[in-house]
Amino acid sequence: MTTTDSSETAVAPRGKRRLGDLVFANSARGAGLLILAILAGVALFLIVQSLSSLTANEGNFFTSSEWSPEAGPGEEVRFGVAALAFGTVLGAAIALVLATPVAVGIALFIVYYAPRRLAALLGYLVDLLAAIPSVVYGLWGLVYLVDQLQPLYRFMAEYLGWIPLFAGPVSSTGRTMLSAGIVLAVMILPIITAMARDVFTQVPQTHREAALALGATRWEMIRTAVLPFGRPGVIGGAMLGMGRALGETMAVAMILSPSLVISPNVLQSGNQTIAAHIALQYPEATGTGVSALIAAGLVLFGITLAVNMAARFVVSRRKEFTE
Amino acid sequence: MAKRIDVSDLNVYYGDFKAVEDVTMTVEPRSVTAFIGSSGCGKSTFLRTLNRMHEVTPGARVQGKVMLDNLDVYDHSVDPVSVRREIGMVFQRANPFPTMSIYDNVIAGAKLNNQRMSKSRSDEIVERSLRDANLWEEVKDRLNKPGAGLSGGQQQRLCIARATAVEPAVLLMDEPCSALDPISTLAIEDLIAKLKENYTIVIVTHNMQQAARVSDRTAFFNLAGTGQPGRLIEMGDTNKIFTKPDKKETENYITGRFG
Repeated sequence: MTTTDSSETAVAPRGKRRLGDLVFANSARGAGLLILAILAGVALFLIVQSLSSLTANEGNFFTSSEWSPEAGPGEEVRFGVAALAFGTVLGAAIALVLATPVAVGIALFIVYYAPRRLAALLGYLVDLLAAIPSVVYGLWGLVYLVDQLQPLYRFMAEYLGWIPLFAGPVSSTGRTMLSAGIVLAVMILPIITAMARDVFTQVPQTHREAALALGATRWEMIRTAVLPFGRPGVIGGAMLGMGRALGETMAVAMILSPSLVISPNVLQSGNQTIAAHIALQYPEATGTGVSALIAAGLVLFGITLAVNMAARFVVSRRKEFTE
Repeated sequence: MAKRIDVSDLNVYYGDFKAVEDVTMTVEPRSVTAFIGSSGCGKSTFLRTLNRMHEVTPGARVQGKVMLDNLDVYDHSVDPVSVRREIGMVFQRANPFPTMSIYDNVIAGAKLNNQRMSKSRSDEIVERSLRDANLWEEVKDRLNKPGAGLSGGQQQRLCIARATAVEPAVLLMDEPCSALDPISTLAIEDLIAKLKENYTIVIVTHNMQQAARVSDRTAFFNLAGTGQPGRLIEMGDTNKIFTKPDKKETENYITGRFG
């Protein structure tokens, strides 16, 4: 900066345009625009490809639950995304409800309770959970977990059956929405934990000491200083996790025994998610069938986009708050 | 319920590093004791050992004895939490809880002791503490507004109100005015003069005029050299320390002929 050509750069508002700068600026701009182009391209593809089935559809796409998009001679094309969207949101909601408290607990333990070495190891292990492929989660859920959960399900149906969510009779296979939700919860745990850990470590020392100096115990310090400060970050993390859960395909497709009904009952087999439905139906679909699946994909795209944008909004509000 | 603090042969460590060496002193109740000395001489560190805030820092430990009247602060059976309820603290930077209202900030500490406090009781504590902190008139109409919305000086008085709401015996102040303008500083100094009627007050300050203005007794800390632990050089009535100190080192510091 202090070399001999400093006088030259000082008058450089419209000074010499250097080739290197130009190339770099334009390639960076190109990369930035590319992401917009890809997003727009995917959205456009989904809309265009789904049009042929949507126009042929005799049922209501948003409120109907039936799925016969390929009409034989003398049949009507009828399909709707209601049951699928319901199942998608239900599964993600179960995952969120189960994962968030556990993730907050893990994060608090790592940041405020665990000895330093154990904390580092735990953090690493939680990140490792995120690296397990979803097909492995699916296998684990299908082969091992659903059997283990049977006694719990029967217990819940017996004692909590008065809540419509847990009404019996319990599915004999255990391949229910709750099983899928539990596996999804494990899958989104690392995302929420990582976000929560980040905000908890950012709590200013002055706030923590303020609480301690008032005679707060460690838990009271966490309650008065850490949790209020970290709440927006935890919410943002939970929504990012929900985005993942909404789109998760493989594990759900393997575990859930699907049926296209809107049933709030998570202990009986039934329900299906959009992503798993597409994966399972696509190999045999032709013509309007393919187009109808793409229409379902468009709905999933919309739901995930909305959840992610909500998450961004919450996280960015938190930033303003801490500045 | 002001109490006396007796410190004997106190050594303070961060890990293997000895930060403060061999301090013995008595802090009188219902009086203001000022700690002065150059930066890094260990006066803030020493202050934080009095209510066991020092040990919040990983690796920090203490040797020696601190007595709060008849309570051995560092005895194994003593819970640091109960010590901190007896010895409140005000920090260098005002640190109201950012998500809480003015009201909730003041009552935060008192609520820890008593979860099921009645509304009238907590209203009473909030008003008394804010009046004690000379802040009531300024905030009584906006108790439900966030505490972080106040000016720096008001925030610091809010923190003092929060500390006194717990009714501690001792109030430790770690450079409470160093981030404030002269008017706000004056407000805090007036407040200190008023609070000493009921509390034992210890204040760390870099401002020697402030020490001379507010304190009854003054303790001068200094380092023997870089990398050496800080020591208590001299302690006595503020008048004496500022006019006829016993030690040459103290005189050099007071008169600005230092280092």
